[in-house]
Order: sequence, then C-alpha cells, then structure tokens
Amino acid sequence: MAAPVAAGGGTVTRRLLLGAAGGLRLRPARGFRTAGGLQVEDETCTAEPAGDVVNVVFIDRSGRRIPVQGRVGEDVLRLAQRHDIELEGACEASLACSTCHVYVSQELLDKLPVPDEREEDMLDLAPQLQENSRLGCQIILTKELEGAEFTLPKITRNFYVDGHVPKPH
Amino acid sequence: MFSSFRFNWLLSTAALAPQICVVGSGPAGFYTAQHLLKHHRLARVDIYEKLPVPFGLVRFGVAPDHPEVKNVINTFTQTAHSDRCAYYGNVTIGKDVMVKELQRAYHAVVLSYGAEDNRILGIPGENLSGVYSARAFVGWYNGLPENRDLKPDLSSETAVVLGQGNVALDVARVLLSPLDILRKTDITEGSLAAIACSKVKRVWLVGRRGPLQVAFTIKELREMINLPGTRPLLDPADFTGLGDVIKDIPRPRKRLTELMIKSAREKPGEKEAALWASATKEWGLKFQRSPLEVLPATDGKQARGIRMAVTRLEGSGESARAVPTGEVEELECGLILSSIGYRSLPLDSSIPFDPKLGIIPNSLGRVQGAPGLYCSGWVKRGPTGVIITTMNDSFDTAQSVLEDLQTGVLNLSNSKEGFKSVRSILHSRGVHPVTFSDWEKIDAAEVARGKLAGKPREKIVDPQEMLQLISH
Repeated sequence: MAAPVAAGGGTVTRRLLLGAAGGLRLRPARGFRTAGGLQVEDETCTAEPAGDVVNVVFIDRSGRRIPVQGRVGEDVLRLAQRHDIELEGACEASLACSTCHVYVSQELLDKLPVPDEREEDMLDLAPQLQENSRLGCQIILTKELEGAEFTLPKITRNFYVDGHVPKPH
Repeated sequence: MFSSFRFNWLLSTAALAPQICVVGSGPAGFYTAQHLLKHHRLARVDIYEKLPVPFGLVRFGVAPDHPEVKNVINTFTQTAHSDRCAYYGNVTIGKDVMVKELQRAYHAVVLSYGAEDNRILGIPGENLSGVYSARAFVGWYNGLPENRDLKPDLSSETAVVLGQGNVALDVARVLLSPLDILRKTDITEGSLAAIACSKVKRVWLVGRRGPLQVAFTIKELREMINLPGTRPLLDPADFTGLGDVIKDIPRPRKRLTELMIKSAREKPGEKEAALWASATKEWGLKFQRSPLEVLPATDGKQARGIRMAVTRLEGSGESARAVPTGEVEELECGLILSSIGYRSLPLDSSIPFDPKLGIIPNSLGRVQGAPGLYCSGWVKRGPTGVIITTMNDSFDTAQSVLEDLQTGVLNLSNSKEGFKSVRSILHSRGVHPVTFSDWEKIDAAEVARGKLAGKPREKIVDPQEMLQLISH
C-alpha cells in the first residue's frame, strides 16, 4: 500500500491490528517532525522512541485517568496515539489543524516553552479554547514534565458508549 | 438436529453485526465511519461516493498550496483498509440506488454528502461572462470533473471576490501566487497553464459588513499578507478606533483584528517595505459594500464592473447587519468571483430537507421523522467550519448511531444484507462500483504523472479516463 509522504517531511505508516473479537486498534508507526525540527524515523511498528522515561497522565474525554510512560523528546500527540488514547492528528503535526488540542495544568503551562505564533493561530480555531489550551503535537516531553496531566476536551456529548454487543434473544 | 442448531447459532451471530452505510466519502463520511468502527467491534461500514475517487473537499476544496491540510487522507486511508469497511465509488445515491433501497439493505444510513452547490447572488448581470462562483473556480483548479471546462476569463487586470472568508482568500491567493510556487503543487495542469497567461494583477475582497465580521481566519490572512510578489492594500480609515473595541472580545477575533489593524496602520519593517515596493501584484479588502448589479460591457455579454451599495452597520459583532445608506459605488473589473457560501442540495425526494437553511433537519445527527437515517458534516450543520468542526460533528453523529444500537432503537434482530443486496441492484442497473484498491491504482497513476512534472500528483480530471485506467 502506498504510504504518501506527509508535507512536513515525515513518512506515515500506520498499521491496523485486529483484536481477537474483531476490534479495530490503531498503532501508529511513523516518522514525525518534532517542534524542534528533528526528524525521527521508526523502524518497526510498535517501537518506542529512545530516551528517558517520563510518566504522565492522560484524562480522556469521559474523564478516565490513564497513566502512560512517554519518552524524553516524544510529542504528546504521538504518545497518546501509541497508547490508543483517542487524540486525533489530522494534519500529522504540521500546524495545519487543531485536532490534537489538549488542556494542561497552569503549573505545566508555566514550564512549557511559549507557543509558536503558528500554534497560537491554530489554537484560535479549537472549539472550547481555554487559557490552558495547547496542541499536543507541539508539547515535547522533558524530564521536567514528570507527572504532567493532559486533559482531552469534551468534544461530543458523551463518550461512554463503547463496543456494546446486545445479547441475542 | 445438531446441524440446524449450529446453523441457527451462526445466523444469530451474523445478525448481531450492524450493517451501516455512509453516503459521501469526504471528512464527514470518513470520520463517522472511523468512530463507528472503533467503538463497535462488529459493525460493518460501507462508504458510498458518487465520484470514482474519494475524499471530497479534502481533494477538491483544500487549496493546492495547503498540502499539510490534506495529510488527513492518510487517516482516512487507514479506515478504508479496515476489513470491516468498504468503499464504493462511482455510485450516485438518489440515482443509481435510492435511499429507501439503502435502508432496506442496512440497519443505519448516514448521510454525509456535504454541499455541492453554492449560494447565488440574485442580482442582475450575475450570468454575464466573467462572473463565476468561487466554488466552481476552486473546483476548476482542483480538478473537480464537473468544473474542468470552466475556462474562466483571466484577461482583465482587476478581479473582485465577493465575500471575505477563507475560500475568498484561497481564490485570491491562487490568482496572485508566483507561478514558481503553484507549479510545484497538485494544481491541475490545465488551470496552471491558464493562470500562467492571466492578466490579473489586483484582487479586491469585498464584504457587506466591516473588519469585525470577516469570516477568514488568521493563518490564511497572514499567508496573504506575506504572499511573495504582492502588496496588501488596506485602508487605515477602515480600522479607526477598532483597537479599543476589541480589548475584551474573544481571543480568536481579537488576534485576527489586531493583525489587520497592524497591517493597515503600522509602518512596515524594512524587509516588508522592500518586498512591497517591488511587488507587481496587489490585493485589498473593501468593507461595507453590498453588490447590486454586475455591469455589462458594450457587447452586453461581458462583465465590465460591479455596482455596489455602500452600507452602514446596525448592531455589532457577529450579528451586525449591513443596511444600505443610499450611496452607491462602482468598481471596474472583468472577473467577479462570488464567494458567499456553499449550499447543500436535497439528495432524494424521500429525505427531509430544509431548503431555507440548506440542511437535513436533525437532532444530534438523527434525521427528524426518519428512524434509521442519520446525517453528519455540512449537510447536517451548514457549510462552514474546518476539519476539527466536521470531525467533532461526525463523532457526535456516530455516538447517536452507537446509542441507538445499544438501546435497541436500531433493531439488530432484523438481519440486513448490506452491500450484498446493493450489489445486485447496481448490477441490474449497469453501475460498476469503484473499490478502494481501484482508487489506489488511480492514485498511483496520478502520483507517477505528477513526479514527471515535479508535482505531488497530476490529477486526472476526466471520470471516463479514471474508469478506463481501472478497466471498467
């Protein structure tokens, strides 16, 4: 299957793994461009990036806390997708959409570098924009972010309906 | 007896797999499908598309010089590759197969077919030569088959775009961009050749209301201000006193207005000043002008200008209204692009449709008065918004479908045949669906042709050529 090259310079190859019950799981494996301009290529489909572990917590759209292990140098969008957390990255970290919008705590906001003007421009289009809004693809993990929490905005009415199969009668 | 028990068991597990179809393969269709597949382990989703090729406005609407926005195609390709998803192009719902027939074949039908038409000005002279909808112009340079023969007249120096949204900026930018930039994009060969011969040097974006009501967004405005070879014409008088008005308004509108004020009123930096001094093309914003009539040239067939009413604003913010003052102004131009909004059309007489709002009446994506029928995207909400708006909206509609599956509103004990029955209907009508792997052949051919020209792809604009390529 053709793997089109993303305009940002990274290649995107994502694989589908089907669970035993026929569920759909997405494990992204892609080269990506970090906010600092570094290009990192993945060789295998579930390879973790190299670098020290950073423990963070995602709070998903139904309020569930999901602790995950990231790596220094990894961006938060990629981290979320590596752990099947439902954070979309439509433009694949090219600052051309706002689908990876997350909320961060105020103290975390103070630790992060000031957003690029281009990130601010895209955040302007994010629904339910708040003071503590950032784009996940632009947050690069450092040791300083140990314990950080990233909250996904509640973008639909509710997100609890999941995979229920009605009993046969 | 054992074999009939087993047979019944097999039937009942097969009956538990919801058969769902989506009409339209743009972002709304694909995001709805993605969410359904992810949150229901057994659901099968078939996506129907009237063109042979998928992706809707991502392919035909997003500007050629915005390739990053098109990266979402990779996400959609993943979805199409799921073994519980199938794509069927070259199938026109409402003609090749009717919605009622889809409802017989599927437990749920999601209408995500977007907005294929545009709002009309409704003024005299609208049909003169030289007047086009921005939608058709965008379709033309993006290779939408129905617009390939547009042959827009680019022989006059001044073009007027009516409307001040992102589509208006797109068409202005494509008209004024240096050819060196355009020729490396996926703009069609035919339109690039026409633009290379274009005499257009100046583009006015005209709005009925004021700077606080512009519909374009900051990224696109910045891009326009920095467009190589061009200079902006912004009248400082249009922005007098705005600095105070915007102090406490929401951030997006504030930042956007600040950028306009800065560009109009502040002296440009050295670099900018030099670029603007050497610019050969220009673009500007005209506010509080409402189109009254397109004026004909002496031959009576060609547009030569536009007469506009000067307006004043009543009210403020998003709900401000433009009221004519009685004063009138004329602007000389030979190319007029109306960029006043896309518009959805009713698909099939059996589907409820609100012609005034141009949407399918619905509640949370459930079509009113039509159980089993849902809608997502522009046909549900109206034709505005960017990818995230449509994504959220599509997930919302998918939630409604999932809820209805869970509560039994969609009754899975009625087993449905899905594509099996649609296939025989299409076959009996001589319609050959294009599969996703057929599309991948077309895709590969476009990319290969593009490579020869130093472009990401060379779009095939003739549907017959597409079908021949896949031997249909």
